[in-house]
Amino acid sequence: MKLSFKSFLILLMFGLSLAIVSCQQGSGNSALKSSTAEKVFVAPGEYDEFYAFVSGGFSGQLAVYGLPSGRLFKIIPVFSVDGEKAWGFNEETKPMLETSYGFIPWDDSHHPDISQTNGVLDGRWVFINGNNTPRIARIDLTTFETVEIIELPNSAGNHSSPYVTDNTEYVIAGTRFGVPVPQRDISINDYKGNFKGALSFIKIDQETGGMDLSFQILMPGFDYDKAHPGRGKSDGWMFFTTYNVEEANTLLEINASQRDKDFIAAVNWKKAEEYIKAGKFRTMKTKYAHNVYNDETHSATSTMKTEVRILDPGNLPGLVYFLPMPKSPHGCDVDPSGEYIVGSGKLSANVTVHSFPKMMKAIKEKKFDGESYGIPILKFEDVLAGVVEQPGLGPLHTEFDGKGNAYTSFFISSEVVKWKLGTWEVIDRKPTYYSVGHVMIPGGNSQKPFGKYLLAMNKITKDRFLPTGPEVTQSAQLYDITGDKMELLLDFPTVGEPHYAAGIPADLIKAKSKKFFKLDENKHPYATKSQDDVKVVRDGKDVHIYMTTIRSHFAPDNIEGVKVGDRVYFHVTNIEQDYDVPHGIAMIGANTSELLIMPGQTETFVWEPKEVGVWPFYCTDFCSALHQEMQGYVRVSPRNSKIKLSWSLDGE
Amino acid sequence: MKSILIVLFSLVLILGSCKQTDSQASSGEDFTKNTPLGQASVVDDESAKNILQLAIATPDLSTLVAAVQAAQIEHILVNAGPLTVFAPVNSAFDALPEGTVETLLKPENKKKLAFILTNHAAPSTYKGRLLKDGRKIYMATGEYIPIRRDGDDIYIGDAKILATVDASNGVVHLIDKVLVPKEK
Repeated sequence: MKLSFKSFLILLMFGLSLAIVSCQQGSGNSALKSSTAEKVFVAPGEYDEFYAFVSGGFSGQLAVYGLPSGRLFKIIPVFSVDGEKAWGFNEETKPMLETSYGFIPWDDSHHPDISQTNGVLDGRWVFINGNNTPRIARIDLTTFETVEIIELPNSAGNHSSPYVTDNTEYVIAGTRFGVPVPQRDISINDYKGNFKGALSFIKIDQETGGMDLSFQILMPGFDYDKAHPGRGKSDGWMFFTTYNVEEANTLLEINASQRDKDFIAAVNWKKAEEYIKAGKFRTMKTKYAHNVYNDETHSATSTMKTEVRILDPGNLPGLVYFLPMPKSPHGCDVDPSGEYIVGSGKLSANVTVHSFPKMMKAIKEKKFDGESYGIPILKFEDVLAGVVEQPGLGPLHTEFDGKGNAYTSFFISSEVVKWKLGTWEVIDRKPTYYSVGHVMIPGGNSQKPFGKYLLAMNKITKDRFLPTGPEVTQSAQLYDITGDKMELLLDFPTVGEPHYAAGIPADLIKAKSKKFFKLDENKHPYATKSQDDVKVVRDGKDVHIYMTTIRSHFAPDNIEGVKVGDRVYFHVTNIEQDYDVPHGIAMIGANTSELLIMPGQTETFVWEPKEVGVWPFYCTDFCSALHQEMQGYVRVSPRNSKIKLSWSLDGE
Repeated sequence: MKSILIVLFSLVLILGSCKQTDSQASSGEDFTKNTPLGQASVVDDESAKNILQLAIATPDLSTLVAAVQAAQIEHILVNAGPLTVFAPVNSAFDALPEGTVETLLKPENKKKLAFILTNHAAPSTYKGRLLKDGRKIYMATGEYIPIRRDGDDIYIGDAKILATVDASNGVVHLIDKVLVPKEK
């Protein structure tokens, strides 16, 4: 096409006027009053910029939200049974909740952390800790499902967990409660010296993400509260806050804060690897469960492990050092450069920052201030980088924006305070509503924060939302942190206790999200891949129904020959191969939950009929226009009945 | 041809300037202003009284309440805590050198006033036998102030505890002297 000069000019003018108009629209709003609503509004059909993985605390689960909208997408069941998804109810996932104490239907999930490569979020997996019965779970970010749970022996109150090293070499987990190791019958008054705190190092298989408890460092029985891996220049070290270095065992509210300073334990994990390699460990008999879910068999297995390698830091020079830190520190956070270690003494009036280079120098020059259980204590003044003076009350947790700023939450004064690394000056403070615990900036604990938003997670909301009786929701609050001053954008309610969160740009994950499971890759032993293969098989009192679902029927849908006292296994394969077409199934009187079966997946529930009759089952997920027609019957006859097993669909 | 260049140039200018105004304009809406007192804005006459509500209801603490309001730290006294607040009664403030209170209540001294008041609060609930002779209480300013027992009398620093009232979020001890911080 040949463009004349005139028409070119006209086109150009037209384009110019368009540009001006659109520009006026954009700038006009912000000049007059750009609405905060615009900053969090994600138009129908559009996507959020970030995923936020927010733990559920006492719900035991992990919630997936979008930011900036605060919309809830999914609750991933992790440590607690979930009837919605049959987690812990179907035969396939029951092994995931096995422990050395047997099946446990609940835990307290605290700190999600996303896998990293070279200190940058890579969006492969999320790890999260179970606090009460110490465990670490791995969630696969292609399926958004929990695929592995490993129990931690010699631990109790698995709180300073799980934190991911720069290249996800290890996920690290520390114990909050000192306990006798090994467990034994001794007086609680003999706590001091007899109780220990284990720091667990879980090695991650770079191909599969598989977790292996590589070794434990058996520390004095302080309370290990939070942890943070070194980043960049401090890679190879792991930092844990401790409180209760008093080793008190009663009324810790007062007795664990008698001393002026507790410690940050700096652990050289590369040194630990050397000691392991050199055989300087002892092997201890113990018991812990390792549960793995397989996406091909759609089933989990639970294995009981019986040994763990132990490193005793008092006898292993260079493995651990203590950095004094004022007043029961909670947060232990390393800035993106790896230079600064920020300790938030939760009772302290100040935020204290230590310097990694100074720490290395102090170690080299042996600037020690005594020792504790054979572990050298570095001199406070020789490792101190600076102090943020009187920033607020009850400092708790610090994240970073990658632009030289730190953001610390303050529980007692209910605020987030922005301050500058290096000068330690306070730049801004904004209230939270109310009693903020942790804060999250996507990537804010890595070498590369995406410093656009900060999410504050509040324990108390009182009057912030419509009331719902004595129990009201906890909440998250979103702040814009791109300017000098933070700007409150949004309050949104959360699931359980939003204890801690990890965020990541959606672009790093969304393209990898699985749409369905391929039927021809299904290796479930009871899978039925075609409607032609459905059958019902009796094995003594066990009856196995090999069933399929496709819009809009079960095959078979009528079954006879089941007897009172049988154990009836419904092995149901969803033979759809289409995105977002799950089917559900529930049986009247079955002492379990429904199943919710994704396309290509097989799941199993057990029904033990107790009464003679004809009992219906139906699809629980509104799958299609004829969902309400998706049903079937099982005839249950007396135990001594001679009726043979038979099954049918459409009378065939 | 020249005119095209001019048009192009101005187009670039406009688009460029447009970009600037679009980047992270502050909305100008401050939603924290909706609740200036933070948690102290919560209306609740049914729950057991918190430290702030108790102080407001105690005539002999009116100077303290005025000071807390001037320092704008009401929200701290209604926090989940638990907190121990050593609350100087009006006569304790009156005993300060003349003009001290008036000066501290001025807006420009807000930070200083907040610091002094913070020196009267400690995390956790210290009462009864927990107020052990010789125990040092770590105040929210970072200062340690010792407990002293003399017969039935209990002192925090030089201040005598006159009365003790339980609050929903901790405990309030009425004291007869202001605990002036040592530093700053």
